[in-house]
Amino acid sequence: MVQEVEVLLIEDNTSDVEMITRALKKSNNENSLFRVRDGAEALDFLFGEGGFAGRDTTRIPQVILIDLKMPRVHGKECLMRIKMNARTKNIPVVVLSSSREDADITECYDLGANGYVIKPVDSEAFHKTISCIGSYWLKVNESPQ
Amino acid sequence: MTQDVQILLVEDNASDAEMTIRALSKITMASRLLRVKDGAEALDFLFAEGAYSDRSVGATPKLVILDLKLPKVSGKEILARIKSDERTRKIPVVILSSSREALDVKECYDLGANGYVVKPVESGAFSDAIAELGMYWTVINEPPQPRVLLKQVTL
Repeated sequence: MVQEVEVLLIEDNTSDVEMITRALKKSNNENSLFRVRDGAEALDFLFGEGGFAGRDTTRIPQVILIDLKMPRVHGKECLMRIKMNARTKNIPVVVLSSSREDADITECYDLGANGYVIKPVDSEAFHKTISCIGSYWLKVNESPQ
Repeated sequence: MTQDVQILLVEDNASDAEMTIRALSKITMASRLLRVKDGAEALDFLFAEGAYSDRSVGATPKLVILDLKLPKVSGKEILARIKSDERTRKIPVVILSSSREALDVKECYDLGANGYVVKPVESGAFSDAIAELGMYWTVINEPPQPRVLLKQVTL
């Protein structure tokens, strides 16, 4: 069963998941990152439905990292559902996307994203960016209880 | 010129402001950081009123760092004003407060705060936290585009 989750990572791209997991190891306890493949699974996790029926949903992650382009439920729809539900709306959500389009950035903030980070193409920069996200959101920032 | 402000720091406590500015100076040019001492001045800046009426509201900073206990207008009220006005609601606002009360944290997120940082008591830890905060919010995070880049010059 899923225990204490500090980071909920919603990402379908396997190589991005690997890089993110590796980069977060410094700031995150080994087993406290939980990865789901799409928005539908993320919502099931957060609301204790489907494959996550019975999960204690009062245990909320410290931060959610969400990709935009995903199968089934798109990142924006998932973000909107998280931010519209009283139980989940205060969980910090950081969009992690390869899109640098103003329209995407603006829309995500409109939907209530706490932050928006563009995935760097270069792998070293990617690693640094994720480390910085981890140090800030897991060590410096205070998430709601 | 106040159009170029990247970080607006709203902090009445002189020594906290000084430590914050010093820690941020490694990341952002001093000229791009504006510190105001109370809530009324913060609102004047953000909404281009009073002494800041020559600004454009659309020239939004990349980040507002907001203390909660402030003279004149409280941090929570400023936060509420920023987050309820279409022109300013997308500006990332991070609360920097000595309060670690769950109620304060919750209320600030309820009002739309993007982040909440508890001021570490020890000065080394304080600088480190601000450096991480500054690095994330001004270098790594992508803020929404300002609605206008520069105010049009009226001839």
